[in-house]
Amino acid sequence: MIEAVGLTKRYGAKTAVYNLSFQVRPGTVTGFLGPNGSGKSTTMRMILGLDAPTSGHATIAGRPFRNLPNAPRQVGALLDAKAVHGGRSARHHLLSLAQLSGIPARRVDEVLGVVGLQEVAGRRSKGFSLGMGQRLGIAAALLGDPQVLLFDEPVNGLDPEGILWVRNLMKQLAAEGRTVFVSSHLMSEMALTAEHLIVIGRGQLLADMSVKDFISAHSADFARVRTPDTEPEQREKLTAAIGEAGGQVMPEPDGALRVTGLPLPRISDLAHGAEVRLWELSPHQASLEEAYMQMTQSVVDYRSTADQRAGLQQVPAGYAPQGYAGGPPVAPGPGQPNPYAQQDPYGGQAPGAVPGPGYPPPAQGQGHPYGAPASYGAPHPYGQQPAAPMPPAAPAAQPAPAAQPVDMPMPQNEDPR
Amino acid sequence: MAAVGQVLRSEWTKIRSVRSTVWTLGIAVVVTVALGVLICTLANHDFTSMPARDRLSFDATNVSFAGMGLGQLAMIVFGVLVVSNEYSTGMIRASLAAVPQRGTFLFCKLAVATALVFVVGLVTSFVAFFAGQAALGDLRVHLGDPGVLRAVIGGGLYMTLIALFSMAVATMLRSPMLSLGILMPFFFLISNILGNVSATRKIGRYLPDQAGSKIMQVVPRVNDDVPYGPWGGLGIMIAWTVAALVGGYVVLKKRDA
Repeated sequence: MIEAVGLTKRYGAKTAVYNLSFQVRPGTVTGFLGPNGSGKSTTMRMILGLDAPTSGHATIAGRPFRNLPNAPRQVGALLDAKAVHGGRSARHHLLSLAQLSGIPARRVDEVLGVVGLQEVAGRRSKGFSLGMGQRLGIAAALLGDPQVLLFDEPVNGLDPEGILWVRNLMKQLAAEGRTVFVSSHLMSEMALTAEHLIVIGRGQLLADMSVKDFISAHSADFARVRTPDTEPEQREKLTAAIGEAGGQVMPEPDGALRVTGLPLPRISDLAHGAEVRLWELSPHQASLEEAYMQMTQSVVDYRSTADQRAGLQQVPAGYAPQGYAGGPPVAPGPGQPNPYAQQDPYGGQAPGAVPGPGYPPPAQGQGHPYGAPASYGAPHPYGQQPAAPMPPAAPAAQPAPAAQPVDMPMPQNEDPR
Repeated sequence: MAAVGQVLRSEWTKIRSVRSTVWTLGIAVVVTVALGVLICTLANHDFTSMPARDRLSFDATNVSFAGMGLGQLAMIVFGVLVVSNEYSTGMIRASLAAVPQRGTFLFCKLAVATALVFVVGLVTSFVAFFAGQAALGDLRVHLGDPGVLRAVIGGGLYMTLIALFSMAVATMLRSPMLSLGILMPFFFLISNILGNVSATRKIGRYLPDQAGSKIMQVVPRVNDDVPYGPWGGLGIMIAWTVAALVGGYVVLKKRDA
């Protein structure tokens, strides 16, 4: 059991963590979510007694970490996979930590086996990939066979197989009755790994609830409705009819409508009554990723700006900012990403389901990873007209979506319920 | 306390598992001995052409330690790296998460490194002495002569204290570049300049290296007005080192890791 009470950390004028209170219980994986720079790592360091809180306190099993008897046998942590002397071999690194904790040396080879690094145990860790470094860090956390485990971004840099392995390891550790506290900035990853979520933004608590509650509270259904592109007045007619019936309508950039608050048959009836033809009426589910982004949109510290490339590039004639060739664009306008135009392939999956390959690692330092629609790969079939497919050079020819601030789609999104 | 034995074992593993240990200490030994032998050979060759007052105060023991001024720089690098490696790699957080008693951790760490440096320093000192005396020919002195054994053991102590002082400074500053950037010019340049300009000589001789190196002198210099003896000088150096250790301990205790 980890407990934080009123945890606050200030660095000069900047408040990294403010009045954070939560409990992490044994037997479940607790996800610790927040955008980059939201104070996750600082909180973990305070729990481990490495940083002193400005006010408040954190305890493990009822005691401050520094007062824990035999701390390394009770608490294991992965804080930074790169925190290894590059000239030291993996085995020596773990051996020094084991000796420091009074753990027998044979345990080193056990954990090397658990994380699959036996083959490279004698190699200097300088040559390790980020994924190997993560495994080494996880091995260090497991050394003392501790009841409480903290992992800071353990899946960073891991390949899909490695991500799956970490996920199963976390669940297994929790199933053994341990307290497992895992930070991430990937909602989709946490939805699959964790049972409980603690979400922070700018160092403040945003949510503390089970993943199940989070899903039912945030992943609302909506309907996508398209009227004939050639007749914009039909769209207005339908919008008015739905509004009168109590539904909410939000336009999507490609000309479709996002309708919430009304069941699909009712929308069909309304369209029929208004004598509006429909090209599309489809059920959708907002992903957890969207809910998470919506929750944290106001507290993202690092926003990217559009890359103007002033003087570097000439826009070729006939350059179309968007692959869509349909009707007149609506707010948020051309060249802006439509996060709903493609489905998060994992958002709708049940927890525990295995995602397909191609799950991209987060692109740290490149703005918010969800700001780039390309990162989730699979485009919605209707997001682009089949007649006007995106050219292969799309990422280069279409700088705007990748560079847009993450909160762009938010204004149309105030009521996903 | 069980933790002490654990930290000592762990620190020994850390020290022996990186190459910088062998490199820095090896260079310290080689440079100190080789340069000492070179200077001794030259001194032997030029002795007859020296002015009379230089011949009068010729200190055969001290001449064989002539390489120590340069060899100590490698000791400084070793001392700085032992401590600041923890910070530059971030390993310090794993270490302190394992041993939350920061004082125990720091002093066990320094104890291991200091013990190693003492052994290496003592061996260096003896080797430099014997090799230097061999190169001095007729000018040589013997270990049994008055004050010589004290000077040779003192040479080992001097190197040990230089390394320990560097470790303590690195504990305060944390960054290897910053620590080396301050310690290297300090011992290589500033101390020498202060010690050789007459206006600042009186201040310069209270610096750790100048005070400490007094222990390696057997024959006093002509017109020597230094107000402390060999052990007094070493005492001044120890005081500097203790002050730096206290500073390092306080910083580690107070600051976030």
